[in-house]
Amino acid sequence: MDEIMSKNNSEYLIERNDNVYEVVIGLEVHAQVTSNSKLFSSSSTKFGAEPNTQVSLVDAAFPGMLPVINEFCVKQAIKTGIGLKAKINNKSVFDRKNYFYADLPQGYQISQYKYPIVGEGNVILDMPEGQKQVGIERLHLEQDAGKSIHDIDPSNTLVDLNRSGVALMEIVSKPDLRSPDEVNAYIKKLRSIMRYLGTCDGNMQEGSLRADVNVSVRIKGSTDLGTRCEIKNVNSIKFMQMAIIYEANRQVDLIEEGEEIDQETRLFDTKKNETRSMRSKEDAHDYRYFPDPDLLPLEVTDEFIDKLKSEIPELPDDKKKRFIDEFKVSPYDATILVSDIDTAKYFEEVVAKMGKNRDMKLAVNWITGELFAVLNEKNIEIAQSPISAKNLAKLINLIKNGTISGKIAKTIFELMLDGDIDPQIIVEEKGLKQESDPKALEALIDKIINDNREKAIEYKQGKEKLFGFFVGQAMKASGGKANPQLINEILKKKL
Amino acid sequence: MTEITSLSLFELIKNIKEKKISSNEATKSFVDRGEKSKKLNVYVTENFENCLKLSKEFDNKPNFDLKLPGIPIAVKDLFCTTDVRTTAGSNILNNFIPTYESTVTQNIWNEGGILLGKLNCDEFAMGSSNETSFFGNVQNPIAKDLVPGGSSGGSSAALAANLTPVTIGTDTGGSIRQPASFTGTVGLKPTYGTCSRYGIVAFASSLDQAGPMSKDVKDSSILLEVISSFDKKDSTSIDFKRNNYSSELTRNIKGLKIGIPKEYRIDGMPDEIEKLWKKGIEYAKDCGAEIIDISLPHTSYALPTYYIVAPAEASSNLARYDGVKYGLRSSGKNLIDMYEKTRSEGFGEEVKRRVMIGTYVLSSGYYDAYYLKAQKVRQLIKQDFDQAYNKVDAILTPSTPSSAFKIGEKSNDPVSMYLNDIFTVPVNLAGLPGISIPAGVDKNNYPLGLQIIGKPFDEQTVLNIAYSMEEKINYKNNITDWWMK
Repeated sequence: MDEIMSKNNSEYLIERNDNVYEVVIGLEVHAQVTSNSKLFSSSSTKFGAEPNTQVSLVDAAFPGMLPVINEFCVKQAIKTGIGLKAKINNKSVFDRKNYFYADLPQGYQISQYKYPIVGEGNVILDMPEGQKQVGIERLHLEQDAGKSIHDIDPSNTLVDLNRSGVALMEIVSKPDLRSPDEVNAYIKKLRSIMRYLGTCDGNMQEGSLRADVNVSVRIKGSTDLGTRCEIKNVNSIKFMQMAIIYEANRQVDLIEEGEEIDQETRLFDTKKNETRSMRSKEDAHDYRYFPDPDLLPLEVTDEFIDKLKSEIPELPDDKKKRFIDEFKVSPYDATILVSDIDTAKYFEEVVAKMGKNRDMKLAVNWITGELFAVLNEKNIEIAQSPISAKNLAKLINLIKNGTISGKIAKTIFELMLDGDIDPQIIVEEKGLKQESDPKALEALIDKIINDNREKAIEYKQGKEKLFGFFVGQAMKASGGKANPQLINEILKKKL
Repeated sequence: MTEITSLSLFELIKNIKEKKISSNEATKSFVDRGEKSKKLNVYVTENFENCLKLSKEFDNKPNFDLKLPGIPIAVKDLFCTTDVRTTAGSNILNNFIPTYESTVTQNIWNEGGILLGKLNCDEFAMGSSNETSFFGNVQNPIAKDLVPGGSSGGSSAALAANLTPVTIGTDTGGSIRQPASFTGTVGLKPTYGTCSRYGIVAFASSLDQAGPMSKDVKDSSILLEVISSFDKKDSTSIDFKRNNYSSELTRNIKGLKIGIPKEYRIDGMPDEIEKLWKKGIEYAKDCGAEIIDISLPHTSYALPTYYIVAPAEASSNLARYDGVKYGLRSSGKNLIDMYEKTRSEGFGEEVKRRVMIGTYVLSSGYYDAYYLKAQKVRQLIKQDFDQAYNKVDAILTPSTPSSAFKIGEKSNDPVSMYLNDIFTVPVNLAGLPGISIPAGVDKNNYPLGLQIIGKPFDEQTVLNIAYSMEEKINYKNNITDWWMK
């Protein structure tokens, strides 16, 4: 590969001959609105139901059926707009996007074209080299289509309309992204903001978050935009990154060969790891957008918007700042802790339960270290953590107040996994309390020095490495319960 | 005693409430007459047996508090009716049986009405003569081989032939008022947003409105009272306090100001229409109204505006008839082939023409010049009326530029056909209420109608003027039952 990627930053450049190209990326993210019912009907939106069991007459576009806007979805879109620090438009208009397809019952999709509900905003990305702001062009509400299933029946395509009419937010970014890493950070940040707001669950496996990726390339330093290709409907961050890398290199190759790039819509083949032309600009659909005469323009008052603003929870950027200011957590740790709302919630609960004598460093290390390792291993989310925040806080406090050593704590942690057991109980039942009585430890150490007199002499003659040997012996003799700090002090004195 | 079928709705209700006629007797009379009137071809689907059964049920447990106690009523086949085939006059819905009821028809059944059958209409309500129906032409009971108007042609013919006491139609550009005018009956298009569009097969959503058709003005007021309602299932339905139109109906219109728009005096308008209009002005004066000349300067743009807006919406509204979910499906090699065959076989010529016009005016590169321009002109037309209503309470015009024509006379000349709507379309574009009442006859003794246009949501004034003028005009249809002979 010719691309050069610096280890220290997320820049992505492609070098060919003597030219250095950068890639310009804009994303159209389709996020499914978290809502019990669809955008214009009362059918359920529950994922995974039997085909065609969540379809109303409106969703199936029966004659004379009319759409009625779901106010909850409007609120969700506005909240998301607020989370993107965007302008909320008091008036927006639903348009019809006309095209024929078997899984589009109306023969048109109700969307917002000229007048979206949310205007310009921005998202902050935390990149290794610092923060980067990505512009949001707009957010609009639209209906999802149904699903065409081509692989069940050998000669027919089957259609499942459960998804037909489900509310989507299309979030269009400005062409501000420059690398696969930034795309990764952008999607994760969007997902995080929406999960904080409860407006989209961000579940990519279930298709709640998908994106059309617009890619163009240009000589680094140029300010003109190259001809872009749109890669349709990519449903994982990994595939987005693979598609961008393939597509950017394809475009650079074409330019280097003196060829033109056709503005076209392409598909990413995940098996072959390549993009393929789907339709050219000439074949592009003429969607014949026009305002849907079945719906009045959507008008929201400033009061309505203000009320929603007052319901917005603390969002990741603010939370991060507070974690740094209030809890003295490092920016790096804070970024990790706030990236997922459930992690942040867990952390805050641990902090609360630790009480006055809290140790932030221990809390962060135990969550991002031991706990994350377990979650990873079990492949579960923190919301399903086998150890509650309350009990983890107790464990941390036991370490902090010297009841147990860090090493014993790890043993206890393992035992806690089996049914979220209170660490205090484990300590008592197993007698794992740390030995911190200096007299008892002195007696124990006297015996060890006595038993290893030769080594004690060697140590005194300068073989300092042997200090570790005595610590090990003392820990072993105490069954691991001896307070390591005291052991050190006493050993130093006695040797 | 007068035959049951020639009674007005008001009289029929009175007789049923006074137990002089039972619901079943009334139903039998309309069914019998319907059986003898097949030549008129008003019915697409008869519901006779079920209607007779339900009328008996009503008689066994009558409720005379209802506004339409046990009254059999046939409706235009554009209203979806539960378990009764609903075709919209189209082959593409030839086999379509809804599992749901339109709000307007539900309102009728809730008040004791019983479905007599589904009446023929132009395909998807696109036409002015009922000649575009997949189910064939409808005869105007006035004279053989005369069109009954359209698109509510089955409704107007059934009414004039005394096959239903009242009926409902839909009016997108004149589809209630023009057929009423052609058959010597009364037809009211209410203000847009008065009657719910839920469950009505859509033609042009921003223009479609259901309304009553009846033998006299009082009957229309009774039926409007029943069908008009705010409906959350229709986002364009308007929540306003509706009048008790029939009990508030009065012939006292003294001092009301009625406008006469000079732009409706179009080139080439037949003398008899001009004369009718003049006569109408005299009648209005006789009723105590004050006549004021007004101007609606953008009137001449109404028809071209309508023929952009309506087809544009229709082209999109009719996209759902694709053979995938319900209705006709022709087999094809692949999806596109199936679409093409289904829609080629399912739609008639006029529908195809309008779908193509609509697709064209919305296409990229043409949208601004046609659709957007038309929307702007539509605003100007609305403003014309707003300004006029600063000076007058209502407007009086002819309903149509001519009387009913012969079947086939205009079917190869769409533009001449479209000209039929010249006086009615501005009312739809402005969303206003308008009524057509019979006011005279032409040289062939074919009926001619006058139109009264009102302020938004002022159906009461429109009805009152019509009620008052109706008495002075004293028009009577001369129906000879020629089709039974």
